Order: sequence, then structure tokens, then C-alpha cells
Amino acid sequence: MILVVLENQRGNIHAFSQEAVVAGQQLSDKLGLDLSILCLGENASSLRDQASDYKANNLILAQHDLINAYSADGYSKVLSNVISELSPKYVLMGHSYMVRDFLPRVSAKLDIPFVSDIISVDYDNDSPIFSRQVFNAKLATKVKATSDTVLLSFQSAAFSSDDMQIGGSESQSDFSVNLEASDIKSESEAEFQESASGVDLTTAELIVSVGRGIESQDNLPLVESLASAMNAEIASSRPVVDMGWLPGYRQVGSSGQAVSPKLYLSVGISGAIQHVVGMKGSKTIMAINKDEDAPIFEIADYAVIGDLMEIVPKLTEALQK
Amino acid sequence: MKIAVLTKAIPSYESSIRVDSSGSWIDESVVNFVVNESDSYALEEALQIKEQLNDDTEVVVVIMGNENNTSKVLKDGLAKGADRGIFINNDNIDTDPLSIAKLFSENLKEESFDLIFSGLQSDDLGSGQTGVLIGELLDMSTATLGIETKMEDGKIKVKRELESGWFQWVTLPFPASISIQSGINEPRYPSLKGIMGAKRKDVKSLHANSLGDNKQKFIELFLPKTEKVTEKIEGDVDSVVARMLDILKNTLKVI
Repeated sequence: MILVVLENQRGNIHAFSQEAVVAGQQLSDKLGLDLSILCLGENASSLRDQASDYKANNLILAQHDLINAYSADGYSKVLSNVISELSPKYVLMGHSYMVRDFLPRVSAKLDIPFVSDIISVDYDNDSPIFSRQVFNAKLATKVKATSDTVLLSFQSAAFSSDDMQIGGSESQSDFSVNLEASDIKSESEAEFQESASGVDLTTAELIVSVGRGIESQDNLPLVESLASAMNAEIASSRPVVDMGWLPGYRQVGSSGQAVSPKLYLSVGISGAIQHVVGMKGSKTIMAINKDEDAPIFEIADYAVIGDLMEIVPKLTEALQK
Repeated sequence: MKIAVLTKAIPSYESSIRVDSSGSWIDESVVNFVVNESDSYALEEALQIKEQLNDDTEVVVVIMGNENNTSKVLKDGLAKGADRGIFINNDNIDTDPLSIAKLFSENLKEESFDLIFSGLQSDDLGSGQTGVLIGELLDMSTATLGIETKMEDGKIKVKRELESGWFQWVTLPFPASISIQSGINEPRYPSLKGIMGAKRKDVKSLHANSLGDNKQKFIELFLPKTEKVTEKIEGDVDSVVARMLDILKNTLKVI
């Protein structure tokens, strides 16, 4: 059996979970294994309604008062119990922050491997091989896992929810959850957003985005002038925000905003995975970097190899004419 | 309180990363090893907790790997203010997160740490699992992507980063293993006094006995294939800028 676990994101099935269902459907077709979809914990019955069209063999509900709100303790315990009882060959989820938080616990509890942040699946005869990015996306690796059950998480957009097979599930079932208050050691408070001040980069047509290649806050006006000459929004990768050079709401990436402008002009950004997941949907990507091997160039339409300190001022000057 | 900070030596951003002749690892001879970025934030968080508590709290910097790659990172952690170090000598290249976590757990369990801090993920293997796996193996409570911590009533409160600008506070009893997001604080530089003092600090050397039970392994390491047709623009600055202008104006029509 293939088991896909759905994640709740503020009332809806998380986009990464939908992609994981697609991965599960394809793996199920390829390997000739049944597909079960598990609606776990938080908002589970609504997730089941939302998933009712997804083509699967079984749609499983696992609910309990103690996991109505997410906790790593509760989720890891319940999912471990589900796996022990159903013995799926593969357990699939999206590589979300929640999955990073609890799925390794399941791996350690059951002594089974967790192959995380997968970007694609190939097959060696009938044995799946998983590709991951390593060394900050400068290289990729093919991983083979050997165990009766293997946990998998997929990077966003590794599969497309457009490929969802619909037709509903052949059956539905309830998993009876055994959980005691003493199983939950941590206490979680409600999720919240920091002050909503800032900029909505998701609707920007043009974005000039700056990374650690800018070297110092003193050089930031170079990029700000370019953005202003292009009438573009300014954005950044995480290190620039971490240094305090730009406010957090300017950040693009897994912990910031996901953008899809007409043009994304990246300046001095190497292209770490965490950044790329937030901007790879851009219509056109132009990247300036002095390192010819920078991973950003793998997804760029235009790879400008050179020193941003020279190129950016000259480009700005030309645009201002 | 005893706090362990797990640090890792990884290739610097500037290092050239090439696949070696085995095809399953990189050529380390051309690589400059530095501390993993989020680990340096984890160390700073531990040092700040020690300073706030102002009691006999001990911060122990822990590193695993071969001596060549790790010794500078370990010394740097001691120079910044860790009280002592644990070096787990491992000449093998382990790429299975669960095996790595077991090696840490076995070597650290008798220390009975109250807190284990780690960076949220390493910038080499990038599995992002080690801290959580160790937490489970050592029966600790766990949290990830910590962006703020507070000591409160014998527990630790952690502000977890969620996706898309959302956050959540979670309170954990001790012992706890917490992974730290970069940007949580401003990592200090070692002082001259710290550098001198580091030489006298205790470093316990342990040996990782490889378990030989890797449940996942790299079968091939390769250069990612470019999905897109990419136009390279390089050369003298004026011609580069002229070509960029041409694309912006005439091809993309965005200006």
C-alpha cells in the first residue's frame, strides 16, 4: 500500500499535500499498489470532504481530541500507529514546515528511513529512486532506500496538482486513535501572523531581488536605484533579511513570500533551494552572479555572469536615460 | 543546565563543489570547510541563554566528522564561548540521517543534556532531520525552526516559524531538542581573549562506530540538468549591459 497523509493549512488541504497525492497516484500506478489517503488530526473531517474527488482506494480518517491541534508529539505517535497497523510500503507527504517538525520522529520511532525534500522519482526496474538537491542545489543525488516502509516528502512543485486523477475513493474508513494526555508533552499556542504591514510581492509584475552578493548594507542603494529605475518592487533572499538589511516582508522563499512576476531579476543570489521554491514560478528569470556555477543559473532564462557592483550601476544609468 | 550545540563543518559558499572519482561524494581536497550557517545561530542562542541564566549553565559544542574538516569549526565554537567540546571522530561519509542521529545519540546519551540545539538543516546534505531524530532517540521533546526562545517556569518557550509569515509559540519541558532557524540573533565573533582561552578548554574525543545499517544511501551524485534554455550573457560590462537593456526593452517589453 501507498499512504499519502494530508496536511491542514488554515482550513484547506495544503498545496504540497495535493502534489503528494499526485505523487502517490503515480507511484501506485507504477508499482501496482493500492493508494490510501489519510486525513489526520487538525480539521480532518473537512479535509476528507475536500479530498472526496481524489482517485484512491481508501480514504481514512484519524481523529482524536488530543490532535485537533497539531503537535509533533501527537502527530508522530498517531502516524506511527497507523503505519504499524497498515504496513504501507511508502508514506508520502509534502515537504512542509510541519512535516520537517514531526516526520523525523516517526522515522526514529519505527526505525525506518525518511527521504526528505525529493524533487523527482525515477525507476530502476520496479524500484523507485529518489532525487534530492544537495550542497545548496549545486549538486543533486539519487537516493535508494531499503526498508519495509519508507517515508517520503516532496519539494513543492516536484509534482503538479494539475495532474490530479479524480474519480473519488472506492472506500472510506476510520482509524481508531489511541492517545493519552500524557503522550503530548508540549503545549502549542494558536498560529499567528506578525503585523500585516509590508508589501504584497505576490502581485508584483517586476521584482528586483537582492542576495548576499551585495556584501554590505552600504551597497543596497545600488539595487534600490535599479528597482526604482525599472519601477520594480525590491525583494531579497533570506541572508539579507537575517542581517537586518531589509525587512522580513521583502523576503522571497519558503519562509517568505512565493512570487510569480513577469520578470524576476535576481542580483547576487546563489539560488539555495529555500529561495528558489519561492520564485521558480516567475515567467522570466534573469540572474546576475559572478559565480558561473551558481545554482540560480539552472533555472534562469538569462544568466548574466559578472560583477553586480559594475553591472548594476551601469544598467541603472542606462535605464534612467 | 547543560546545553549541547550540534555544529557541522560544511563546504563554504565559495567552494567549488565537484563530484569525486567514486561518483558518490565530492572532491574534498578543493573545499574549504566552514561552520554550517544555522548552527552558528544555534550556538549564539545557547551562549545568550547561558549569559541570561548567569548560573553554572554549561554550553558544549559538539561536532562529528573527520579531524581535518572539523577542527577549525570546533575551535571557533570554543573561542566564541562554549565551555567545552565533544569531537566525534568519523572518517566515514554517512549520508543516512537516521544513522547519523544514532551515532550522535549513542555518544551523547550519558551526558544527559537538558537542551540540544542544532541548526535547522545542513547546507550540504540538507535533510533537516538530525535534531528531531536525536530528540526522539533520546526521549526528548522537540521543536523545529525556532526563531525566538524564552526560559519560563522550568520550561522553554520556542517561537516556531511556519510558512508564509506565520508563527506559533510552543512550550517544551526539558529535556528538549530544538532546531534553530538562521536570523534568530546576531552571532558573535570570537574575541582575542576567547581565541587564547579556547586552547585550554577541554575537548572530549569520541569515536563513531559505524553501524553499517544505512537505510538510505546515495547511489549517484551529479550536476543537475538545466531545465531551461539559458542564454549566457558575459564579457565586458558595456556589452553585458547593452544586451540586458535590449532584452528588457525589446524581448520582454517590461520597460
